[in-house]
Amino acid sequence: MQNQEKLLEIRNLKQYFNIGKPNEVKAIDGISFDIYKGETLGLVGESGCGKSTTGRTIIRLYEATDGQVFFKGENVHGKKSRKDLKKFNRSIQMIFQDPYASLNPRMKVSDIIAEGIDIHNLAKSNKERMDQVYELLETVGLNREHANRYPHEFSGGQRQRIGIARALAVQPEFIIADEPISALDVSIQAQVVNLMRKLQKEKGLTYLFIAHDLSMVKYISDRIGVMYFGRLVELAPAEELYSNPLHPYTKSLLSAIPVPDPETERTRRRFAYDPSSHKYSENEEVSMKEVRPGHFVYCSELELKKYKEESKS
Amino acid sequence: MTNILEVKDLNISFHTFAGEVQAIRGVNFELKKGETLAIVGESGSGKSVTTKAIMRLLPPGNSEIKAGQILFDGKDLTKLTDRQMQKIRGKDISMIFQDPMTSLNPTMTIGKQIMEPLIRHQDMSKAAATERALQLLRLVGIPKPEQRIKQYPHQFSGGMRQRVVIAIALACNPKVLIADEPTTALDVTIQAQILELMKDLQNKIDTSIIFITHDLGVVANVADRVAVMYGGKIVEIGTVDEVFYNPQHPYTWGLISSMPSLDAKEEELYAIPGTPPNLLHPPKGDAFAPRNEYAMQIDLEEQPPMFKISDTHYAATWLLHPDAPKVEPPAAVVKRMRKFSEMK
Repeated sequence: MQNQEKLLEIRNLKQYFNIGKPNEVKAIDGISFDIYKGETLGLVGESGCGKSTTGRTIIRLYEATDGQVFFKGENVHGKKSRKDLKKFNRSIQMIFQDPYASLNPRMKVSDIIAEGIDIHNLAKSNKERMDQVYELLETVGLNREHANRYPHEFSGGQRQRIGIARALAVQPEFIIADEPISALDVSIQAQVVNLMRKLQKEKGLTYLFIAHDLSMVKYISDRIGVMYFGRLVELAPAEELYSNPLHPYTKSLLSAIPVPDPETERTRRRFAYDPSSHKYSENEEVSMKEVRPGHFVYCSELELKKYKEESKS
Repeated sequence: MTNILEVKDLNISFHTFAGEVQAIRGVNFELKKGETLAIVGESGSGKSVTTKAIMRLLPPGNSEIKAGQILFDGKDLTKLTDRQMQKIRGKDISMIFQDPMTSLNPTMTIGKQIMEPLIRHQDMSKAAATERALQLLRLVGIPKPEQRIKQYPHQFSGGMRQRVVIAIALACNPKVLIADEPTTALDVTIQAQILELMKDLQNKIDTSIIFITHDLGVVANVADRVAVMYGGKIVEIGTVDEVFYNPQHPYTWGLISSMPSLDAKEEELYAIPGTPPNLLHPPKGDAFAPRNEYAMQIDLEEQPPMFKISDTHYAATWLLHPDAPKVEPPAAVVKRMRKFSEMK
């Protein structure tokens, strides 16, 4: 994975809200990570930890307070010409959490999907435009008759498919999926996840998959980042993170996932995370450090030694 | 064990502009004293409607109980007047709702909200009710109850609010507690704490719990018995071990196989094809038949009865009929069944 081309580089990204007011929120407080071409990076954490804000800042729904986001070596934030912005918007697309709120109820499905096609002039004639819409609908497992309907005529799973078709319409390279399955029924979640994996294989897409359902994240992701209070505390390949979690918060999070197995549930022990347990002294340098190749933990020098010991055994 | 609640042949319909929606189509189950029964199923399967009927919280205008009985302590709840029902609701049977953000009144202090059922149902004085409210807040693990009791819901986090909701539900030591997705809106770490708390409280006050959820992991954690609902019916019911390790209904197979497991990496997730049935026009045969790869001709024509697997385990699928062909369940289920035969 390391030798692969970096598609996205995030450097010391910060996103504060209500700056200078008493209710200032440091939603993202200096995070850095890379996303490689063709991989799926999962981002997990509890609500309010900044995982959705990270996605939204990357795609420029928010202007970053500080730090840089490089997409193919080019800074995303900062002043840009209309033309550059348009190019960028075409390469990155987003799938939203709530399929009921993210589709305009007054637009036909064909117009929802074709909006990007129109903006970027990707179709020369109306026929070509509709052909693209039909093809997209079939790609996501709907059929062409659905093009003339309105969102309310669809179930949650079908709407999420429309949201995926809309994202695919402009042939993006990178898709940010912000809790794309949380609002769906269990039996439908698997359908959407399988569809996303299939599309990734066929089109060579790169995903940032934001979710709080850890078992689904593990299934879809190549690497997983764990966030806590605006910081990335651990980043590792999916298998490694689950089999060998190092940061105490990751351990606590993993121990809290309920598993559909009564025997295991009866005997499991859960750990609570206490942020004060680190006992960092005032000028101790705490940052992301590589404990094992590809496995980063937010820790001090002292903890790094401890984690290195721990991961050996 | 004695049955504290029995639901018999319950049928509920909603009258809508489009026609009659048959949300519940013949539901039978009993709740034993001190046990936790989990009801699982996807949205629209009728799990919430069933419990709202028990509490009589269905909208009176367009809902109708077409048939059936809800027996609580020997009384049929469907026959009671609204006033009689008010005496039971919140006292003998109480409920925890899904969203702690909306189930509390934002304009009342949480102390007042906890004291409300105590003053109403148990004729407590204000001083006694305050004392009991403090005790309840301590019981559900809210620190500094003396200060917190005077605060408003917006001053609490989601997990803390759900604790307050639980405190209100437990105020009168109910015999039955209905928890409708009580942890769905919460983070996993908070969810683990709330589940722990509920189990702990159940041991202390010996309440029976009906736990509605769609998360099979949560079910495995809390349930003694499990009922799986689909299309307004219970399609499988049994002890938690029977349903997880020896499932018989193809829908249960689908649910179990579509969950990714944490220790193995599957190539592709098993996905139940299609979408849930439209209960405006319920199918003639088994509601799951159109999505069921094991469906036979009879599934399309006639609804399967409940077949008995053991004294505690029943499932409604024609596959259990003695004349049905033997089928091979999905691999994930076969693995679980092997475990089940080892357990015995």
